[in-house]
Amino acid sequence: MTSIAIPPGMPQYDDVPRYDVEAVRADFPILGREVNGHPMVYLDSANTSQKPRQVLDALRQHYERHNGNVSRSVHTVGTEATEAYEGARAKVATFINAPSPDEVVFVKNSTEAINLVAYAFSNASVGAGGDPRFRLGPGDEIVISEMEHHSNIVPWQLLCERTGATLRWFPVTDGGRLDESGLEELVNERTKLVSFVHMSNILGTINATARITERVRQVGALLLLDCSQSVPHLPVDVVDLDADFIAFTGHKMCAPSGIGVLWGRGELLAAMPPVFGGGSMIETVAMTGSTYAPPPARFEAGTPPIAEAVALGAAVDYLTGIGMRAIQWHEKELTAYALDALETVPGLRIFGPTVPVGRGGTISFGLEGIHPHDVGQVLDAEGVEVRVGHHCARPVCVRFGVPATTRASFYLYTTTGEVDALVRGLEQVRKVFG
Amino acid sequence: MQVDQLYQEIILDHYKHPHGRGLREPYAAEAHHVNPTCGDEVTIRVALDDDTLSDVSYDGMGCSISQASASVLHELLTGRDTGQAFAVHAAFVELMSGRGQVTPEEELLGDAVAFAGVARYPARVKCALLPWMAFKDAAARAGVDVEAGNEDSNERSEVKTA
Repeated sequence: MTSIAIPPGMPQYDDVPRYDVEAVRADFPILGREVNGHPMVYLDSANTSQKPRQVLDALRQHYERHNGNVSRSVHTVGTEATEAYEGARAKVATFINAPSPDEVVFVKNSTEAINLVAYAFSNASVGAGGDPRFRLGPGDEIVISEMEHHSNIVPWQLLCERTGATLRWFPVTDGGRLDESGLEELVNERTKLVSFVHMSNILGTINATARITERVRQVGALLLLDCSQSVPHLPVDVVDLDADFIAFTGHKMCAPSGIGVLWGRGELLAAMPPVFGGGSMIETVAMTGSTYAPPPARFEAGTPPIAEAVALGAAVDYLTGIGMRAIQWHEKELTAYALDALETVPGLRIFGPTVPVGRGGTISFGLEGIHPHDVGQVLDAEGVEVRVGHHCARPVCVRFGVPATTRASFYLYTTTGEVDALVRGLEQVRKVFG
Repeated sequence: MQVDQLYQEIILDHYKHPHGRGLREPYAAEAHHVNPTCGDEVTIRVALDDDTLSDVSYDGMGCSISQASASVLHELLTGRDTGQAFAVHAAFVELMSGRGQVTPEEELLGDAVAFAGVARYPARVKCALLPWMAFKDAAARAGVDVEAGNEDSNERSEVKTA
């Protein structure tokens, strides 16, 4: 027998961090339930993830033991709540390698995070004194991509309507990747902001950001990355990404709904005008005018989602405990398995990259002649929960000439057995509609 | 829940072999409705000969439920006078809003009784109603008094139709 020597420096199987999926599954109470008489196969984590007991406990414990309002109480529970809330901010900062917790603004979700930046641009553009980096008017350009979730399209369309700026976008290739061939022309000296998705919620594509970032820096524009689908699934490092803002949401990363994050470079957040006015965001208020608190408080008017933020902190602890590298690898292997398995289904077409490279565990597909709604319905009857529709990314559907797709998406608790259940379910779909 | 309650043979048959599909001329008015949550689309045209619906033609793109529903609508309403047509319309809307508790009037609804099972799937009710709401719009545009004989229309207008 000849043996093949692996050159030094090449990654080995054992180098990859791993975990016991069954042990992880035991942390998620809902994964034990049945749907329509079958064990539930939850393949809709890109929509919202399930929650481990550790997070649910944190939520309950906060309300049972530490509930008070934050940042304004001298009493004990108010102080405990404030410490827990700010502690969660620090955990999130560490999780994304933010230089300071003050760069983490708690919001409701990614949509609110992106709108917050859009309205800060808007507010800086009216009247005098706005920071020039946030001032927009006719002739200025904002660049997005055809791959975006509606939440990274519509706020910019509205902003352009308000300011007279022009919205432009990167096209998507047939293979489901960003078409960067027009980069030099698309991102130019008129560009004020480039905002695009780190990982597509419909195609699963993970966009390489380096080339675009370099061009953004060359022309002096700002860069926002929609990390809603990346922060939950792979290690994200804001310093390494060299972004100016990132947006993500808690409910896709094991935390409750109602809590999300806008991360911004400290110096930029400090230059941004407030968007929502109210309690907590002020320095001093007089009837003749007010001054504003420094970030992040400037952008957190009113009582925030305190328990949800605390639970997000618990989710970060949970994910860190397992390891984001390990989660990334688990999903990579699962994606490779699923892409192979789906290929065996007659008439199935995958939208997006068909190799497990530069893509995450979110796979959109069509079954020839069968509408995704019908696919989803028959799968549900088999206990398999997938999302069907345009996934709030209608331009992608238009790009690929379909009204909708069926999407299976994985997370740290997904198993190859569940991928098999999907494939069996698709056989059933073909039987009903064949 | 049994999925074959939803996908009755009649529905699958109308889906695979739609009756009267395609937009035809002449017509008095048309309406295009979209289900914004899934992107299903249907266009309905009505042609009138006095009070008679001489043709209800349609085209669309979407799931089996919405497209079969359009086929059934065509079959049930073409050739009827508008008063009868809206009696059928009201009965269908009532059936779909009944969460499976309404016993369908077979004589009035014909093949549409097959949609009784759909009413148990709240997420799919909108699919079944899509062509019917487009029809109502098209008829209204053609000058038909769509509220006549439909007393609780206010309550029903809650059904979202894009």
